[in-house]
Amino acid sequence: MGVGINVEHLNAFYGKTQALFDVNIAVAANHATALIGPSGCGKSTFIRCLNRMHETIPEARVEGAVRIGDLGVYNGTSATQLRRRVGMVFQKPNPFPTMSIYDNVAAGLKLNGFRKRKQLDEIVHKSLHSSALWDEVKDHLHKKSGASLSGGQQQRLCIARALAVQPEVLLMDEPCSALDPISTGKIEELIFQLKEQYTIVIVTHNMQQAARVAEFTGFFLLGKMIEFDKTEKIFTNPSDKRTEDYVTGRFG
Amino acid sequence: MSNQALPRPRFNAPEPEHGPSERGSKVAPKVEPRTAPLLQGKVSEIPDAFFAAAMRLCGFAVVALLGLIVYQLVIGSHLSWHAFGWKFFGQSDWNPVEDQYGALPFIYGTIISSILALIIAVPLSLGVAVFITEMCPVTLRGILSFLTELLAAIPSVVYGLWAIFILVPVLRQYVQPFLATTLGWTTLFSGPPYGIGMLAAGVILAIMIIPIISSITREVLTVVPQHQREGVLALGATRWEMIRLGVLRNARAGIVGAIILGLGRALGETMAVTMVIGNRPEIAKSLFAPGYTMASVLANEFTEATGDLYLSALIEIGLALFLVTIVVNALARLMVWSVTRGQPARSLA
Amino acid sequence: MANANSNPAAAGVTPIGLRRRITDHVMTGLAVLTVILVLLPLIAIFGYLVYKGIGSINLAFLTQTPKPVGEAGGGMANAIVGSMLILAIASLLGVPLGIGAGIFLSEYGRNRYGDIVRFVSDVLNGVPSIVIGIVAYGLVVMRQKHFSALAGGVALAIMMVPTIARTTEQMLLLVPQAIREAAYGLGVSRWRTTLSITLRTATSGVITGVMLAFARVAGETAPLLFTAFGNQFWNLKPNQPTAALSLQIFTYAISPFDEWHRQAWAGALVLIILIVGAVAAVRIAVRHGTLAGA
Ligand SMILES: Nc1ncnc2c1ncn2[C@@H]1O[C@H](COP(=O)(O)OP(=O)(O)O)[C@@H](O)[C@H]1O
Ligand SMILES: [Mg+2]
Repeated sequence: MGVGINVEHLNAFYGKTQALFDVNIAVAANHATALIGPSGCGKSTFIRCLNRMHETIPEARVEGAVRIGDLGVYNGTSATQLRRRVGMVFQKPNPFPTMSIYDNVAAGLKLNGFRKRKQLDEIVHKSLHSSALWDEVKDHLHKKSGASLSGGQQQRLCIARALAVQPEVLLMDEPCSALDPISTGKIEELIFQLKEQYTIVIVTHNMQQAARVAEFTGFFLLGKMIEFDKTEKIFTNPSDKRTEDYVTGRFG
Repeated sequence: MSNQALPRPRFNAPEPEHGPSERGSKVAPKVEPRTAPLLQGKVSEIPDAFFAAAMRLCGFAVVALLGLIVYQLVIGSHLSWHAFGWKFFGQSDWNPVEDQYGALPFIYGTIISSILALIIAVPLSLGVAVFITEMCPVTLRGILSFLTELLAAIPSVVYGLWAIFILVPVLRQYVQPFLATTLGWTTLFSGPPYGIGMLAAGVILAIMIIPIISSITREVLTVVPQHQREGVLALGATRWEMIRLGVLRNARAGIVGAIILGLGRALGETMAVTMVIGNRPEIAKSLFAPGYTMASVLANEFTEATGDLYLSALIEIGLALFLVTIVVNALARLMVWSVTRGQPARSLA
Repeated sequence: MANANSNPAAAGVTPIGLRRRITDHVMTGLAVLTVILVLLPLIAIFGYLVYKGIGSINLAFLTQTPKPVGEAGGGMANAIVGSMLILAIASLLGVPLGIGAGIFLSEYGRNRYGDIVRFVSDVLNGVPSIVIGIVAYGLVVMRQKHFSALAGGVALAIMMVPTIARTTEQMLLLVPQAIREAAYGLGVSRWRTTLSITLRTATSGVITGVMLAFARVAGETAPLLFTAFGNQFWNLKPNQPTAALSLQIFTYAISPFDEWHRQAWAGALVLIILIVGAVAAVRIAVRHGTLAGA
């Protein structure tokens, strides 16, 4: 089952510019938590701090504490180790272009030295099932490359690829923003299914999407977490004026 | 700050009212149960550190290579530098029998042959570059650039071979007599037409540097923004005026860079020149006369240099050639870079 | 500007004067002329290569060593093999170092140190090949006290490194950062990502760069003059003087013997075929995916 995430006094920087200011949040296990806010407010930066992807950018740095389950993210654990427990799905589908569909899904395990052929087959099968892609690709798992799929299929392939490593948390950074409405619907449905077993943090530009898939919602503005509450409350009765302005469409 | 007042869900917060079960129950659960983590064991940071160190070492090796080149040349030329000092570059006496060495004829030959090459190659290269980027139908564009770049793939020794047996006879029988009768009064084109000599070296060098100058010029021309062309055309200019005012003028620095890059190549070119220049360490006014270049004297005499001072003098010529080409190349890259801005100037063979 | 044809239909459009129009045509004509003048030597060189070379390539040329002066026949078999030996040594040394430096530049060198290496590598690319020969002479020949294939290989390797490093860098930079992040996100370590994802995605580009470097040094003569030196006989030992196709062409071309001139043309044709063949073979292999890792 998923695990909770606890963030305390998180500050993030790109060189000298600060992108996040003292963010505190507790993400519930086995629920979907949505992060909303205008473009450039730090949603991506925040979510990338949770699996230490932020530090892959030159000059970027983080202060504060993040715990995922019983694991301290910023004290001593290697980033590589952590990321095996925290899967990530990106804004633009990014399958490995030179690999087949099968190899894409198996990549996380294979590249980390997992060689048991039969078990791999099984995991690939299960992951593609879980991401609702199996029926569409089962006939050309080895023949077609990941890049040959449609955008929506690619994104589900990326979800399958993340699931294959058996993470406990799934981070999704605007997973539907590059997709058509039908693919978006499929992925939303999928998120709904997945949160029974995974803790999901999803960044979204789309407030309806947040309302549809997430139990909790956080509102970011200019690098600060303005409000964090049950989704219902954020959208019907926010405590902060700025949240209200945003969700009623008065700015952003 | 703003969120301390809010009823934040605590760690592993209790399920809210509209939990997953509510909607999840409407759809048959399709998600497969998660299995235990398959990747066991701690990840070691050592392989990453090792790999990074190894790659940094490779990067450092490139710098070390240059250091090694400088070191070898400086150490090797030490003896000659001590014996002759700056005079080495001002004396024209090259006499291994009496251990007397002056590099002036070679420096002269290198400069003259390269300038001659530029005089021939620059108009041709620019014409080709302008034609390919601005005038030629798109279907021809690819094939023409391929053909001109094919010239760059021919080895120097093959150019030399061709020059000895085809170019030199043509120069001797047709070009030199013609030049002697029409331009003989300048004294640049006087004396017996051997074919072999400075003129032949200049011509073969020109053919060899055309692909460099024209391909870099092409690159520079293509980065001139389209609106510069349109702006001039909108004023009612002809195509040539558009090229001259809208394109060439904006690409000036880059074109000069391309030319200097060609010069850098011409200065160090060895085999083809050695095969046709005549290899005589004399400073002659006529371009028909044989000459010698810095690179050629190295090619011809290095393995035969018996005395220590002889070898050292040759290495000093190598050092001088090295320093000159480095300065020339650095200057050229800077100029090309000022136009293409950041996109690295393509390194050419 | 005085205008000769005052056509009322053209009123409103800026009239282009006759002189300007003639200039335009003349410049276009001149540009076409330059293209012809540049293509002429290209055609002449390839034409003569085939014309003079093809008649001299025979079994003896490809299987025998040179005959002493004055005797007809003989061939360049030892030089062909010698060239391959030298190029193999050069590739063995130069390719890994060049690719490593390219990986450094793109993955670890987006900073001042990287800029230094980038600049030095461009400088190195402009060093005349004859100077590289002097350095290899000092590094290997002086130490071993005799000429060798190894010395020639070292010289050519030094020439390959900057080209390979810079093209590898450019090819790796073309791989989107998102692809690297995808691998990091799966818990794949950085070195594994670099080798199995980034480099693999860029394989065909990197190989093209290697081939460019290879083609560039394959016909080099100057740096071999006082390193590999040449040899009239068979040699397969890396630490012995070795014949090379380009050296042999040079020696024969400047000799006074017609028979040797004939062989020089044949050698030049073989050299060009080997270079073009090697490049084409790799291109085809890359395209058909045997090396692309598809
Ligand atoms: N790689 C980067 N380098 C420097 N600044 C960045 C970088 N990425 C994002 N930023 C800055 O950080 C702030 C937050 O960006 P981001 O987290 O991407 O916002 P969001 O995902 O909410 O649109 C923005 O002001 C942006 O300009
Ligand atoms: Mg974002």
